[in-house]
Amino acid sequence: MTDFPQKKTVEEINDKIRKGNCVVVTAEQMIGIVESEGVKSAARKVDVVTTGTFGTMCSSGAFLNFGHTKPKMKASQVWINGVESYAGIAAVDCYVGATQVKRGDPLNGVHPGRFYYGGGHVIEDLVAGREVRLRAESYGTDCYPNREAVLNMKLEDMRDAVLHNPRNAYQNYNCAVNRSDRTIYTYMGVLRPNLANATFSSAGQLSPLLNDPYYLTMGTGVRIFLGGGVGVISWAGTQHAPETPRNERGIPVGGAGTLMLTGDLKQMNSRFLRGASLIGYGTSLMVGVGVPIPILNEEIAWHTGVSNKEIACPVVDYGSDYPNAEGAPLGQVSYADLYSGSIEVAGKKIPSTPLSSLPRAREIADTLKGWIEAGQFTLGAAQEPLKTPETRVKVPGGG
Amino acid sequence: MDYSRIVLLVFHQEVMYKPLIYKLVREFDLVFNILEAKILPRREGRLILELNGSKEDVLRGIEYLEKEGVTVTRIADQIHRDEEACVHCGACTAVCRTGALVTDPETMEVLFIPDKCVACGQCETACPMNALIGVNIERISA
Ligand code: SF4
Ligand code: SF4
Repeated sequence: MTDFPQKKTVEEINDKIRKGNCVVVTAEQMIGIVESEGVKSAARKVDVVTTGTFGTMCSSGAFLNFGHTKPKMKASQVWINGVESYAGIAAVDCYVGATQVKRGDPLNGVHPGRFYYGGGHVIEDLVAGREVRLRAESYGTDCYPNREAVLNMKLEDMRDAVLHNPRNAYQNYNCAVNRSDRTIYTYMGVLRPNLANATFSSAGQLSPLLNDPYYLTMGTGVRIFLGGGVGVISWAGTQHAPETPRNERGIPVGGAGTLMLTGDLKQMNSRFLRGASLIGYGTSLMVGVGVPIPILNEEIAWHTGVSNKEIACPVVDYGSDYPNAEGAPLGQVSYADLYSGSIEVAGKKIPSTPLSSLPRAREIADTLKGWIEAGQFTLGAAQEPLKTPETRVKVPGGG
Repeated sequence: MDYSRIVLLVFHQEVMYKPLIYKLVREFDLVFNILEAKILPRREGRLILELNGSKEDVLRGIEYLEKEGVTVTRIADQIHRDEEACVHCGACTAVCRTGALVTDPETMEVLFIPDKCVACGQCETACPMNALIGVNIERISA
């Protein structure tokens, strides 16, 4: 943020939010504004751009503190509705991870397995206010003698419940195809043989990290929409990779930045937090995330004006290359192509279908916009920035 | 040839091996496509047909089959999507080959058009939300 003059500060924008005269647009609306009015005018006029994404994010889970039993207990193993929740932390704390499958599930014993219930579904059940059965075991100590407990609980009965997702909101991702001669069942959906179809999973021009590709406004403490409630960026996500090659728009040409996200599960909403069963793969959690981007200067305004035709992703073979960690992408396609319903791979026109929900991503960006306009949501300035590349592309004609 | 309807025929044990289908062509002037066929372990045969002909002939053909003891169900009436569960992710559109599940290019909402469904069951397994109900030749209620 050093070589561009700061035109506005987060505090100034928050003042406007409190006064009710902050100009907020969604990332999709911003495309037209930058195009028709130019970057300079867009940066002056718009204060905040809201983004959104809603899709399967496996690296998700929740810390639960279920409260002390009487007599007290130091739980060493915990299952919630039969889903093991990591209990190797303090006495009545555990972590339920989205991809942990219910005990006794046949898994891929009969391929492809269906994976009807797992950690993602536990989280959805809790958020939806449904009762879950928590079973805890312990070896017993002098201070924590209880060895076994079975508790029927709702989210409101938990002492604390914090959604904490180590890696969400991947900045760009692969487009998946299958060159093998059999149907495969992957975390990128069902891929039919001999390049019969392609799948992709990104909100493209509405996606948080594609609108701030150098993370100029992102960092610890930034307040966000998370699962229908308010959360924060708590750190860079695991596998955060700012060094991924970028195009002339500054957009990484494959998976790059990621976010670690945290928020109070008790104020979230199951419309934006859904357990998922991925055939042949496992269980997961669909998460809704929206990040507000303060338009502090022209560079940031220019980036939020990015559109699907300027965002490209690699086409990767999940039949052999990906599982064996070899080979090179079969090409690059833009999100404009992907969202058109068909792409060309190896000279062949094939249907492309999404895996993440654009309608719900739009709902998130609109909701966040509404919160800010109503003065209910103020921005958090980044305290610890995310790691970013040393050089950046220049804004055309900009200062 | 102006009318078409996709139906599920259930042949219970007594009529399973009776030659009935050819009469649809001979006596009712219908053209049909076999879309799915399955013999279930409980000795019940299931056939999904697309019937084409004049509306009158299609209805007469169905009446004939019913009189002979075949249970005939319109597929579109038996299949539905749980609208609360569906998140419009699009995963089902990757496997549906009849155009019964398609995305609206403007809104990217996933549309379900039961009249085009042939109950192949592909989408039922591809949907991460288990939102598509009844779309499987074995489980569809007849
Ligand atoms: S896969 Fe399921 S949740 Fe996704 S759009 Fe289709 S019916 Fe809806
Ligand atoms: S069962 Fe599903 S995949 Fe098969 S035709 Fe019907 S809607 Fe399409």
